[in-house]
Amino acid sequence: MKIDVKHIAKLANLTISPEEEPKLEKQLEEILSYFDKLKEVDTSGIEETSQVTGLENVTREDAIRDCTISQKEAISGSKSTHNGLFKVKAVLENS
Amino acid sequence: MNLNQLTIKQALNKLASKEISAVDLTKACIDQIKKYNGEINAFITVDEKGALEQAEKADIERKNGNSAPLLGIPIALKDVFLTKGLKTTAASKVLENYIPQYDGTVVAKLKDAGAVILGKTNLDAWAHGSSGENSDFGITRNPYSKEYVPGGSSSGSAASLAASMCLASTGTDTGGSIRLPASFTNVVGLKPTYGRVSRYGIIAMASSLDSIGHFAKTAEDSALLLNVTAGSDPLDATTPDKTVPNYSKIENGVKGLKIGVPKEYFTMGIDKEIKEKTKTAIKKLEELDAEIVEISLPNTEYSVAVYYIIMSSEVSSNLARYDGIRFGSARQNFGEEAKRRIMLGTFTLSAGYYDAYYKKAMQVRTLIKQDFDKAFEKVDAIISPVSPTAPWKIGEKVSDPLKMYLSDIFTVTANLAGIPALSVPAGLTSDKLPVGIQILGPQFSEEKLFQIGHAYEQSTQFYKETPNL
Amino acid sequence: MKPIIGLEVHVELKTKSKMFCGCSADYFGKEPNTHTCPVCLGLPGALPVPNKTAIDWCIKIGLALNCEIADFSKFDRKNYFYPDLAKGYQISQYDKPFCENGEVILSNNKRIMIRRVHMEEDTGKLIHEGDSSLIDFNRSGVPLVEIVTEPDFENATEVKEYLQKLQQIVRYLEVSNADMEKGDMRLEPNISLSPDGNLPKYKVEVKNINSFSFVEKAINFEIKRQGEILDKGGTPAQETRGWDEKSQSTKSQRLKEEANDYRYFPEPDIPPLNFKEVYIEAIKAEMPELPDAKLARFQKDFGLSYYDAEILTRNVKLADYFEEAIGLEKATAKQIANAIINKKINIEEILPAKLIEMIQEEAKVEEVSSGDLSKIVSEVLSENEKAVKEYKAGKEPALQFLIGQTMKKIEKKIDLNLVKGAILKALEITTP
Repeated sequence: MKIDVKHIAKLANLTISPEEEPKLEKQLEEILSYFDKLKEVDTSGIEETSQVTGLENVTREDAIRDCTISQKEAISGSKSTHNGLFKVKAVLENS
Repeated sequence: MNLNQLTIKQALNKLASKEISAVDLTKACIDQIKKYNGEINAFITVDEKGALEQAEKADIERKNGNSAPLLGIPIALKDVFLTKGLKTTAASKVLENYIPQYDGTVVAKLKDAGAVILGKTNLDAWAHGSSGENSDFGITRNPYSKEYVPGGSSSGSAASLAASMCLASTGTDTGGSIRLPASFTNVVGLKPTYGRVSRYGIIAMASSLDSIGHFAKTAEDSALLLNVTAGSDPLDATTPDKTVPNYSKIENGVKGLKIGVPKEYFTMGIDKEIKEKTKTAIKKLEELDAEIVEISLPNTEYSVAVYYIIMSSEVSSNLARYDGIRFGSARQNFGEEAKRRIMLGTFTLSAGYYDAYYKKAMQVRTLIKQDFDKAFEKVDAIISPVSPTAPWKIGEKVSDPLKMYLSDIFTVTANLAGIPALSVPAGLTSDKLPVGIQILGPQFSEEKLFQIGHAYEQSTQFYKETPNL
Repeated sequence: MKPIIGLEVHVELKTKSKMFCGCSADYFGKEPNTHTCPVCLGLPGALPVPNKTAIDWCIKIGLALNCEIADFSKFDRKNYFYPDLAKGYQISQYDKPFCENGEVILSNNKRIMIRRVHMEEDTGKLIHEGDSSLIDFNRSGVPLVEIVTEPDFENATEVKEYLQKLQQIVRYLEVSNADMEKGDMRLEPNISLSPDGNLPKYKVEVKNINSFSFVEKAINFEIKRQGEILDKGGTPAQETRGWDEKSQSTKSQRLKEEANDYRYFPEPDIPPLNFKEVYIEAIKAEMPELPDAKLARFQKDFGLSYYDAEILTRNVKLADYFEEAIGLEKATAKQIANAIINKKINIEEILPAKLIEMIQEEAKVEEVSSGDLSKIVSEVLSENEKAVKEYKAGKEPALQFLIGQTMKKIEKKIDLNLVKGAILKALEITTP
């Protein structure tokens, strides 16, 4: 299995250095070929298990709960804020 | 015996009889940390001041008649448990300075139960790893032999308990991260049923696999902790509303219990000594009048592939929130293993590959779960090795991720099926390194696991072994 | 060239709390980042628990749009990175939306198929300021319902009518204020032109429009723009554009179409949903009469014209007001409709009973003896010989003039028909 490390890194929002790239590519391809083992298993008609609890319809009532934190707490972990807002480099949708 | 070497049960008795105080107990633990943490590197953060304050408070409360179940018991938390106001790092540079704005549900429950929080323990960053070597805050060493790994990912929690720096510690088990280090450090590790303990406020690794458990010196202590942590949480939609029994009421003996031994587990690449230890344990249970039954878990050989696909996929999504905007630092600070898993999971979920990997893995997961369902029609519990090998030397497997992944073969199945498993000490190898066995049961059968674990440990007494620090 | 237009609409629900946490969803105009918690701020370890009311309401919208409701459904994660997306994924729905295969019928009897109605959560809000962007997460996690049509529209007028209908429906259901100014409804038309009526290979999406008239303008602009490109033998680029009100044109938003690979997978933190028959029935039982049904009933039961009935059913309050007035049984439907529509009654101020009084006051007739009446009529006729002549020559309006003159003379409010009768009678007599 070939893997396009650059493309995947872009999707994953990761920066992979040119030095890391070949090593990572090799490791990932090795792991992916190990996954090929699953091709042996006949899974036709087998349901998918994405959760194991058997729970269904778990919801909460529409009520305001005392979970809200203050503005000060909300932005306390950020290195870049401005007037109670988080600040990032401009992401322009429309130039 | 030093105070810090007591079991929780022993300590509670001494606290109740006023023989000792919570402050004495906490100080003993802190002294031990000060003495040995430099070498073992079990803790990332030690909250000496906070712990002593909590201990003082616990002593006052006890005088006032409070008898909360863990009042004054010093414990350590794996550094993925969010603690309000106390740094929580996941052993990653990304969260190097993160001070949580809230307590996780389990942390709140432990605090309410009177536990004294000593600090936060080291781990493989983001709980990614089986050895404890993959931490941005340094390798954790095995207290039994410092050239060896303590197992991961809850390396610091296991090592700190084995080194008697605390009376118990918490962990998370996504594919063996409690059981493996428990078995490598001669302590009891519980991976509860998926959903038995709330995941709210614990840094997620793989949401459909993460199980929140703990380390203790005995099955009795483990049961006592589960009494506190178990239960449905309105903040975690995956915690069934099942009553929490009194786990501390452990039935005696295993007479008449049917215990299954999966035949496949002994044909796969497994160390001779591990095989022998497991066989000895089986024999011991037989002597205790349990009925040993051979069972089959035919899809076990696919479990590592299934696990690594599902886990990586969920990891890639769960780690997306770490973008350095609201907290933490930029994504370039992720370590090699986290990057590898994010990349792998991003790939297996990507357009054109989803069916071949993620969907296929979820289908084989069904088959693995069905293997267990069928087995538990015949037996009450299953016994198996925890790891195919004894603890390995530090550095031995770091360059070969796939080899490292394969050491999870016996543990990942419990996470895929959502069933509970208890790892208990099974003695030392010829190199004086601990190994463990695990007892697995159907969902919500923790009582039975404690029963078997207790009977086994009482007759073997392996848990009394301590490392020569 | 036939325009092929589809529409995606996001409707923000007016639940008390957010979709997956207990924070207040009433965020509009509040101080930034004061309506957040670990869940909607995407803090480590936080987990979502879905809001039952939001789910009920999404299903209500689906039912109102004649959709089939899934018996098995689930939430999925839609993975992408954007600074306003706290978790790095949006909890949405992929292959099992709550509602599918609905339809809306326009006044020209055209059927607009609804592909799906699904539940998701809103993102935070980005504010652009110089070379930085500021983020407020108050809106993060507010329940959103996404309604997607098939590409069944042919022009902007149809789209606008559909949007008005949709707005009216969610307001009838009382699940959203659908206030355009507050961004309660966000509109995304996709437009392409086809030479043969088949779906062309390209599609232009215009994102995040918050006004019906802008949608109209954007669609018309796109039809023209794409037509020009096609006329020259080109193919419009598949892209996302935005409506720019200043230049009255759409503008390309992302030249380089980012690889949109959302890597959907089932949300492991939320157990699946199983909608049983009884549940759907209970939701149905809670549903109010919908605009189309009310419109039909007003015409049928009250004998109103389409024009009157349509106005009266535009919003529930007005329709209820009308029905309350009818219920007093003191005026006819037509009288009440006329009073409400023509007099532009402020229904907040004038109670139905008061309205009836006004109608009766208006219609009240005073008594006048037939002797007095015929006396006045003969006076009027003799004073207005010209009009009499005209009437006799077949000029109908002359009669109205004579009635008017008579009314003036009587100085009383009397039944018009009575006056008319008396005049006609007098004219007959005077006819040789």
